[in-house]
Amino acid sequence: MAAPVDAVGAKSNSTNILVRRIISYTVLTIFAFLALFPFFLLIIQMTRSSADINQGFKPIPGGSFGENFKTVMNNNNWRMLKALRNSFIVSGLTAFLSTYFSALTAYAIHVYDFKLRKFLFTFILMIMMVPAQVSALGFVNLMNDMGLKNSYIPLILPSIAAPATFFFMKQYMESSLPLDIVEAARIDGSGEFRTFNSLILPILKPAIAVQAIFTFVSSWNNFFIPALLIDDPDKRTLPIVIQIIRSADLASLDLGAVYVAIGISIVPVAIVYLVLSKFIIRGIALGAVKG
Amino acid sequence: MRRKSISYAKWGYIFIIPFFVAFIMFNLIPLISTFKNSFYEYYFIQGYKQVGPNWVGLDNYSELFKAENDLMKYFGNTFIIWLLGFIPQIFFSLLFASWFTDLRMKLKTGAYKIIFYLPNVIMAAAMGMLFFTLFSQSGPINSIYKSITGSTEPIMFFEHVWTQRGIIALINFLMWFGNTTIMLMAAINGIDPSLYESAQIDGANPTQTFWRITIPLIRPILLYVLITSLIGGLQMFDVPQIVANGGSAVDNTSMTVVVYLNKYLSVSKNYGMAGALSVILFIVAAVLSMVIFFLTTERDTKKKKKKGGRK
Repeated sequence: MAAPVDAVGAKSNSTNILVRRIISYTVLTIFAFLALFPFFLLIIQMTRSSADINQGFKPIPGGSFGENFKTVMNNNNWRMLKALRNSFIVSGLTAFLSTYFSALTAYAIHVYDFKLRKFLFTFILMIMMVPAQVSALGFVNLMNDMGLKNSYIPLILPSIAAPATFFFMKQYMESSLPLDIVEAARIDGSGEFRTFNSLILPILKPAIAVQAIFTFVSSWNNFFIPALLIDDPDKRTLPIVIQIIRSADLASLDLGAVYVAIGISIVPVAIVYLVLSKFIIRGIALGAVKG
Repeated sequence: MRRKSISYAKWGYIFIIPFFVAFIMFNLIPLISTFKNSFYEYYFIQGYKQVGPNWVGLDNYSELFKAENDLMKYFGNTFIIWLLGFIPQIFFSLLFASWFTDLRMKLKTGAYKIIFYLPNVIMAAAMGMLFFTLFSQSGPINSIYKSITGSTEPIMFFEHVWTQRGIIALINFLMWFGNTTIMLMAAINGIDPSLYESAQIDGANPTQTFWRITIPLIRPILLYVLITSLIGGLQMFDVPQIVANGGSAVDNTSMTVVVYLNKYLSVSKNYGMAGALSVILFIVAAVLSMVIFFLTTERDTKKKKKKGGRK
């Protein structure tokens, strides 16, 4: 940008900007504090013993994290370790299937010229907005009829059809996948499926990474459908365990352990987010422009 | 033209098979079966003894709209809680987005964006549970409140209508204001900077450029944010389910539509009623989506007109 053009006078304008910057930074910092405060309290409470927590809040970490952690792991009602493992399996597979097949579908619509192409593209856009809860009744009944209660198949396979991921991939291809590459691969004698796997996928890597993270997170946090399908204590995912903890009387629980259990559900995703945050933020903006 | 000899169209069809098989199997068939269920009397007494399915026409719908079933109250709850979170969300997101993109202030925004977006990736159920413990009778918020005010009585946040709704709305706000800020930033960054430059030359102050340039030009995105947020609000489940313990706390005043649906699905196992409620949800969401659809297609045609000959 060019230097600011001043109609009035450079001096009054620059103090004006300084004041505005101070106000902006102050308000922004208050909100950053507000957004982080619950997690700050969580981390403090995770380290304090239940007896200590009941005494009232002190903003000083205690030394009971190890003990609280052990209590959580030994709690046979919660089975946190299993839930953690289950959530990893379900979310990991969901992220993989969702991104791969959505990319494949977007590629088909982007590259090939077939009769239904336009119609199918519009169709996918339309179904993007249908809330998952609307078909939950039919879905749960169908899965029960197929004997898939307490199976992970209903939690993983539906993600193959992910309209939002498809849409993102399609947008990305429009901006960074020249069709000449496909032509060139054909001249070199590469089969269509091989072209996609060994040539196109690497080009799509940035988009796939962003979508894999988003899909992983949303599957990790998914509560409504899993809670309707999973009742085997060994098969529960993390949000279901949170519900189990909530339905007990808080006063009867070891509070230090409750905080650690919440922490276990939050921390893995928070760490992944903080490590990849720059990348993720860029991804959201990328999707937003097209909105 | 060159590829007249070989047609690759069949590969297009082959590659979309997995997507559409999964869609038909896990979305379309369940959707149709949900609609079908809404016309049947079909429930389980105490979760075991099956009644129906018997064809009852629209009886489930008229049953649902009977006053004692409180459906309108739950739609009202959902709307109120959504609005309580959305008003500050759109206000602060607009404010922050305009600050972040202000060419004169040149703020360092990276860390703020990262922090503001953080709550969005956190499990909503865990956020609900966290706030429930933090705001509980002997939780840290009450502890801090007591030490500041000297009061000995804790605030019973989860025994009053508005504090409970307020906490749910606060969680929604914290989870979504960062997301909206980034969306609006992207929209504002898409505005031609020369507009701001010429406004500046003409002596416009930041307030004027905000209302006269920014707002009119991002209006389509604002509408998009409003409606997607409304559709998201309609589906609100995780937070009220956890915070208000299945929605029942404080005389069902935080019972949202989907929490109510979940009751039919998992507690009373009344599939007929659940079906009818799902259809109603579907219709409301479909109407809202149509608005977005026409909005975005209208924008696209405008864009195309503007771009004219380019490409």
